[in-house]
Amino acid sequence: MTNHWVDIKNANLILIMGGNAAEAHPCGFKWVTEAKAHNKAKLIVVDPRFTRSASVADVYAPIRAGSDIAFLGGVLNYLLSTGSINHDYVNNYTDFTFLVDEGFAFSDGLFNGYDAERRSYDKSTWQYRKGPDGYVASDPTMQDPNCVYQLLKKHYSRYTPEMVEAVCGTPKEDFLGICRMIAETAVPNKTLTVLYALGWTQHSKGSQIIRTTCMMQLLLGNIGMAGGGINALRGHSNIQGLTDLGLLSNLLPGYLNLAGETRPKSLEEGGETPEQPMQPIQPDAGWQSYAAYIERSALKPARPNQMSYWQHFGRFFVSTMKAWYGDAATEENGWCFDWLPKLDKMYDILQVFEDMNQGKVNGYFCQGFNPLAAAPCKIKVSNALAKLKYLVVIDPLATETSEFWQDHGEYNDVDPTKIQTEVFRLPSGCFAEENGSIVNSARWLQWHWKAADPPGEAKGDQAILAGIFLKLREMYARDGGAFPDPILNLHWPYLKPHEPTPEELAREFSGKALKDVTDPADPNKILVRAGQQLNGFGELRDDGSTSCGCWLFAGAWPEAGNFMARRDNSDPYGIGQTLNWAFSWPANRRILYNRASSDVAGKPFDSARTLVYWDEGSRRWTGSDVPDFNAASPPSDGMGPFIMNPEGVARFFALDKMAEGPFPEHYEPVESPLEANPFHPDNQAARFNPAARLFASDLDSFGEAAEFPHVGTTYRLTEHFHYWTKHVRLNAVTQPEQFVEIGEELAREKGIKAGDSVRVTSKRGFIVAVAVVTKRIRTLEVNGKKVHTVGIPLHWGFMGVAKNGYLANTLTPFVGDANTYTPEFKAFLVKIEKA
Amino acid sequence: MALQSLDIKARSATTTPAPQARKTAELAKLIDTSKCIGCKACQVACMEWNDLRDSVGNCVGVYDNPADLSAQSWTVMRYAEVEPAPGKLEWLIRKDGCMHCSDPGCLKSCPAPGAIVKYGNGIVDFQQEYCTGCGYCIIGCPFNIPRLSETDGKVYKCSLCSDRIAVGAEPACAKVCPTGAIVFGTKQDMRKHAEGRIVDLQERGFSKAGLYDPPGVGGTHVMYVLHHADRPGLYSGLAKDPTVSPLVGFWKGVAKTVMNTALAAAVLAAFFHYVGQGPNTEQEEEEIA
Repeated sequence: MTNHWVDIKNANLILIMGGNAAEAHPCGFKWVTEAKAHNKAKLIVVDPRFTRSASVADVYAPIRAGSDIAFLGGVLNYLLSTGSINHDYVNNYTDFTFLVDEGFAFSDGLFNGYDAERRSYDKSTWQYRKGPDGYVASDPTMQDPNCVYQLLKKHYSRYTPEMVEAVCGTPKEDFLGICRMIAETAVPNKTLTVLYALGWTQHSKGSQIIRTTCMMQLLLGNIGMAGGGINALRGHSNIQGLTDLGLLSNLLPGYLNLAGETRPKSLEEGGETPEQPMQPIQPDAGWQSYAAYIERSALKPARPNQMSYWQHFGRFFVSTMKAWYGDAATEENGWCFDWLPKLDKMYDILQVFEDMNQGKVNGYFCQGFNPLAAAPCKIKVSNALAKLKYLVVIDPLATETSEFWQDHGEYNDVDPTKIQTEVFRLPSGCFAEENGSIVNSARWLQWHWKAADPPGEAKGDQAILAGIFLKLREMYARDGGAFPDPILNLHWPYLKPHEPTPEELAREFSGKALKDVTDPADPNKILVRAGQQLNGFGELRDDGSTSCGCWLFAGAWPEAGNFMARRDNSDPYGIGQTLNWAFSWPANRRILYNRASSDVAGKPFDSARTLVYWDEGSRRWTGSDVPDFNAASPPSDGMGPFIMNPEGVARFFALDKMAEGPFPEHYEPVESPLEANPFHPDNQAARFNPAARLFASDLDSFGEAAEFPHVGTTYRLTEHFHYWTKHVRLNAVTQPEQFVEIGEELAREKGIKAGDSVRVTSKRGFIVAVAVVTKRIRTLEVNGKKVHTVGIPLHWGFMGVAKNGYLANTLTPFVGDANTYTPEFKAFLVKIEKA
Repeated sequence: MALQSLDIKARSATTTPAPQARKTAELAKLIDTSKCIGCKACQVACMEWNDLRDSVGNCVGVYDNPADLSAQSWTVMRYAEVEPAPGKLEWLIRKDGCMHCSDPGCLKSCPAPGAIVKYGNGIVDFQQEYCTGCGYCIIGCPFNIPRLSETDGKVYKCSLCSDRIAVGAEPACAKVCPTGAIVFGTKQDMRKHAEGRIVDLQERGFSKAGLYDPPGVGGTHVMYVLHHADRPGLYSGLAKDPTVSPLVGFWKGVAKTVMNTALAAAVLAAFFHYVGQGPNTEQEEEEIA
């Protein structure tokens, strides 16, 4: 979330799309009801189904699953063509006036530079034009046809209300009604907040759906404002913490890049084979030395007087390496840069299971992860797991993954005698059985306290991992190995080496001074003494004098104590800015980009919801939040509010940062009921995302509408949490048995009544479930064709106390988003019949 | 709320006068159907607090689970897909359970002394140790709430968490409701809270929004805010004008008159018997209502 849960109450208008907050985030949804009850806010829900969120909405509109960019592009077109824009905001805080490289082009659904064979783009011209001074060139009049504003207007002029209706199946009047409500928030004292979740991320173009919304919010001037922003409601407790701490295969903690290989691996080295033409281009080469890596990552300002905060990349990286390798990390050895793995390709879950299925993986550790149920295309995952030599599952429960080799009849039809994988189950504790911090969607690190000991032989995750590590280190020390240094030299200062405590780990990620840290402006002034905890990432240094496990979390546990455990909910401004409650990264800042809540002169756009403003008396930025800015930089300096971008402003034009183009374009889901993209009816290359994550080995596993005519979409129910709570009696009581939801028209066509048993089939398999026949799923008219939606809740499986059922991912395709590789669970093709 | 006295104001099949000395505020739970998202947290909290575990049932083609109230499920959510205006779909979700009537049909109809009581604060509570399982309360209830347990042959329903309220806590369902759709306090405060909600709903186009506090049962201590107060039937058949069952009316009216006449005749006969035959013991019982 750019903003936070409590801040939702400050909104004037709330759009829930690509999510179902009432269903999946009922506790956070309370702030929506607060906004409605106390701020007279209106709630809009756009969803293929009339959801629990829709049941308390002021306006609901249906949409075909997977057509969100068409809808949102239509909103952009409405705002641009009616001038419903916060001009003061976009002209100063975005790249509207910037000029784009003349090589950039878009034609019939594809941007320039497309390589059909590799399914990826040469993005070298997706850049701003540089002026003679080396900085980005701009046209303040915005008349140049190659300025971002003109390009944007042109790109979305095709997204007419008629096209929205044709592509999304949303009635034109419903769509325009929503546009009018959204447009009203373009004024400075009204804000729209957008709440979304996996209904946007789990598409082959999910990242671009979210970008389209960001662009809408920028046009309206709603980013950085109280009651505004773009708010991802995270799908798991602490999934925010997982990404923050770098548990993604291509990142280090705090979203620091992991370096890539200098060249693609040869076949002998395990590189890509020519039989896999569907791979996207591999991570950039050319950062093979510490100096080159820092040079590439520490971005210099692209316009005068800009902060470009990533220029401090070196401080974050060196401090991380000091936390990991202690005294072994020195300036001479590039802070152990060479010890880090260099990516030869991405290792997202799709790639890992593809490799596993090809027999290239020997062992696999699953910690808090149930991939047999959670990764796409169950049959492929099951086959892949059966090719492992060993599988280690660290979990409080016996998961479907740990039992994947067991024959559970129709629910898991495998032959154990044919599976040689050795499975180790290491029972772990759950969150209530340990101290620790959980990072919520709002970026708050909140400390929690252990309520009970783990049962039986179960241990905390730290103890399990420490046990494995210490054993490995012992073996490396004894037997040597190809590359023992990173294992033997890992800094392991914990008082009980077999069980590092959450408190020790938290102090480590928050960071400490190894030598006295002095003020750069006054070397005689000591900011932090050696051995003391740091106050924030501003004190990090790249000379080895500081250690910090995750720069974004710096200051969560300063010398004053554990800020994550703070529970002071005083709210001096009355707008939910409780700065002494827990700790919010970065720097305890509650609303990101909050400098943009004030105009160029530093005066709040809306004084009733002041976040930060320039105080001429103290010559500082101040207010109800920690300024997301250089607090001493006066408005006259012209520093832009988007300090993480080298140009200091927000981007409508995404440069080369997105795999499929600088402007989001509507593409069909990989499995679509339409034979062509209605925006590009004559170009099959633009039917679905030209850069979507696909593997050649899966090409024959995709269905066509002739055989599988309906749109399948998976989702959660309030009564359950993923595949866990089917192990809990009370949850099982409230939603005991697997079902699918269909509209009344499809039910009539197929002779299905509520309560009947039905079989839902995709190209990859089938499930059998009880039919819920509902008015809440409408049949949509899409491009002159009737499209039915089949709703598939995902909570059932073959372990637990609820009635056994089929894993919903039996049906889903092995396809991912082009940027994040998130699987396309929200739109695929199925057929349905009475079982 | 401080600790609360649970003075018994009325007791089934009992003549003992109710205590009068302490004044207890009338309490109420207000359920705002326009804020309810049907998450069932209230159902789970109810089962947890009251040590109930319903069986893992079946999906019968709707979201309602368990499908009905039972001795193990004292509250259930009922989901109704309706189109109050053509083409305008609404998903009306109502938390069903005991309404805690001021004029409780269950208590009136109960023949077992002390099996059903009404406290001074308005809560109607079943005391299962006195329950004979006759089922008259089930007939007497205008909302079809009490359920007979197959395990012990006694009848159960929502207690409004009288045990929690006695120690100054709110009912378990109100405590867990994530959207504030369930609020709890004095009946006066709840009516006032409802007024604000109704104005809000009317501003949002629900011109018939209103409070459900049906006079036919003397008002209730569980009230609803409804978007369509003129059509409570839209909410999975919520009674429009609930009254105590005619059978109870008969029991309390005609039958009682007949019985009282018979009783008077018996007393008279006893008097003559006494005059004629000497002392004899006779007890009569009459519930207070």
